[in-house]
Amino acid sequence: MSTTATTTLSLKELSKKEGRLTHGHRMCSGCGAPIVVKQVLLSTDYPVVAANATGCLEVSTCISQYTSWKIPWIHNAFENAAATLSGVETMYRALKKKGRIDKDIKFVAFGGDGGTYDIGFQSLSGAMERGHDMLYVCYDNGAYMNTGIQRSSATPIGADTTTCPVGSSVKGKMQPRKNLTRIMAAHGIPYVAQASPSHWRDAMAKFRKAFDIQGPKFINVIAPCNRGWRSRTDDAILLSRLAVETCYWPLYEVEGGVTKITFEPKEKKPLEEFMKPQGRFKHLFAPENEWLLRLSQEEVDKEWERLRKEAGGSSGERP
Amino acid sequence: MAKIVAVTGNEAIANALRQVNPDVCAAYPITPATDIMQRFTSFVSDGGVDTEMILVESEHSAMSACVGASAAGGRVVTATSSQGLALMWEILFIAAGDRLPIIMPLVNRALSAPINIHGDHSDGMGARDTGWIQIYSENAQEAYDNTIQAFRIAEHPEIRLPAMVCMDGFIISHSIERLEYLDDDTVKNFVGEYRAAHPLLDTDHAVSYGPLILSDLYMEYKRAQHEVMTKVGRVALEVADEFAKISGRRYGLFESYRLDDAEVALVLLNSAAGTAKDVVDEFRDRGIKAGLLKPRFFRPFPYEEIASALKSAKAIAVLDRADSFGGFGPLHMEIASAMMMNGKKPALINKIYGLGGRDFLPEHAEMVLSELVEIAKGGKVKTFKEYIGVRE
Amino acid sequence: MKQKGWRELPLGAVVTEPGSSAKFTTGSWRAFRPVWKPEHCIQCLFCWMFCPDMAIKVKEGKREEFDYDYCKGCGICAMECPGKKGQKAIVMVEEGK
Repeated sequence: MSTTATTTLSLKELSKKEGRLTHGHRMCSGCGAPIVVKQVLLSTDYPVVAANATGCLEVSTCISQYTSWKIPWIHNAFENAAATLSGVETMYRALKKKGRIDKDIKFVAFGGDGGTYDIGFQSLSGAMERGHDMLYVCYDNGAYMNTGIQRSSATPIGADTTTCPVGSSVKGKMQPRKNLTRIMAAHGIPYVAQASPSHWRDAMAKFRKAFDIQGPKFINVIAPCNRGWRSRTDDAILLSRLAVETCYWPLYEVEGGVTKITFEPKEKKPLEEFMKPQGRFKHLFAPENEWLLRLSQEEVDKEWERLRKEAGGSSGERP
Repeated sequence: MAKIVAVTGNEAIANALRQVNPDVCAAYPITPATDIMQRFTSFVSDGGVDTEMILVESEHSAMSACVGASAAGGRVVTATSSQGLALMWEILFIAAGDRLPIIMPLVNRALSAPINIHGDHSDGMGARDTGWIQIYSENAQEAYDNTIQAFRIAEHPEIRLPAMVCMDGFIISHSIERLEYLDDDTVKNFVGEYRAAHPLLDTDHAVSYGPLILSDLYMEYKRAQHEVMTKVGRVALEVADEFAKISGRRYGLFESYRLDDAEVALVLLNSAAGTAKDVVDEFRDRGIKAGLLKPRFFRPFPYEEIASALKSAKAIAVLDRADSFGGFGPLHMEIASAMMMNGKKPALINKIYGLGGRDFLPEHAEMVLSELVEIAKGGKVKTFKEYIGVRE
Repeated sequence: MKQKGWRELPLGAVVTEPGSSAKFTTGSWRAFRPVWKPEHCIQCLFCWMFCPDMAIKVKEGKREEFDYDYCKGCGICAMECPGKKGQKAIVMVEEGK
């Protein structure tokens, strides 16, 4: 059975599809991660098999005999979602070659920034380098949230976390974020992108495109965590939109090595607007920490400028 | 028609895997296991097998990929030693807990630090609590035969557990021995088809592997794992029966060598048992009732059967090619537990030998047996645990 | 509810019923509940897309009532609702009031 992704990317049409992640999961009220997963799984009509690194998503969607997943799903350990999925994908190819399977199945691994940027980095890099036909989606909430908001290499500079708490001598995380999306693009894989659940049409077009491309793909998606970010339960979409509009989280893709910015904000908002609703940045608004606020803004600006140069003026809003 | 050849242990294992023709194989090199995969991948490159290789970037990823591939629903193998096994450690428990019959030749090698590439059992022993079936092999023939039987045991619908087949690094893996290969078709028919219980790739029947289990249910799952281990012995013997029919070689849960009326006995795993058997013969020639026990299954450990086999012995020395620092050697602790079951109280001493590939020579076996003879005559045990073959 | 003994548990803890978490209702988590005002609803379905708990029933491309069995009251739907002529189609009301 071979299908192509035929459902139009319109909310009306998508809403008629059977959801592949169901309710009853134990994600926090207002969590960004299930919104991301929902969008990923709705974007394609192909059968999908998923692997999941240990973390909030995994632990809240499969407990005891309750699973929120309506697709085949495997949780192995924390740092090996990519390696695990590469095993699944290889078995698929082996069995397909022998004629024991004839379906077209797509493979996606989900990992938080912990299981992707840090402990899972080797496994991710290895799987991507080997060229497996799989998509890796990182839901980036900027810290090891499941264990209680510890810093990861994805945590933005200046953020308060439980392992770099704001105190009298240290004002939160002192290192800038690791640019994993860029590192994955440097792997030379067919498709790499950054997406936000707020810009759902852009995101889902990317997920769909990734599923349709043969080979290894990586998409980094911002997933606000109201617990770790000390924000409200209702502002996950608002904050991810602000992340895009402040260029903290630019929306772009690198396809076949060519960079394209897929959404250019009409007006680049100051980073403060993204930070003000979040308690983890509260201290940055004290006068003595103004230097850190400025440094954060510089980091964002530096990357935005680099990206625009790399895209060479090829940008445009995805309809 | 069985083929008689002169091959190394690694080559024999590689051919066993070729004959089984698994669906997927994850490979990462480590001395002295590397050669298994190098030979196997040459079969892949020449189209001799249909196996899809995953040339992973670490052993941790090798076992992770094996878990994924096995859960996906097919036959999966990998091979490693020492540090590689140690790196896979957390995933070994997961493979067993998820009930995935992955087969892994383990070429026994010492663990760092200091780094040593030679044969001892510390790697396999470190994994004894993982829930894997562990089978030890004295020589290349046993390693070959055990590998083939391991598929049938591990994949048995009543079992479904991963299994590691151990053989001594360099001593067996790299030495050339006489070996009898079975025919390709014989092996293929013997291992048969593997049908996974809950394949991920069956998208019409979606399953979730690896749920979070809390304190109200975790122990029940472990109890179930314990239960399935108690069935392995019976299945292993059934498989051995069938294997005897196709090969003429009969295997049990362990080997008893001249043990029936033995008064002094050695217990050893793997290749050193071969050396020690010759010395047992010499002692027997001199009229001393010496015997040897060589366990084949370390997990599950056949306590009752071994206790029964050792019942006539008055003095037993367990020789361990691994140590548990601050404790007795791992094999010794199993034998000591077994002896609690037969109501006998022989003298039981522990010798640590052969670490890091230190040679085990006939004179070491002689020395130990002589000591046992003295103890059996009524002598006192000088020390319960001693390192032998070590310079003071 | 009687807990299962070890003999009754599935092999390797594999969950064989997809979507079984639907048997676990999360509606009791709410402190605030969303109330739908159809008269202001333009049926954009943003609420459906942005709900983390799939707690908005949709039929034939049109949203219907909230699924209060699962709604955790996060308020994302109310926040994102564009409404009609300045009036939101979803308002958050304190639970129990």
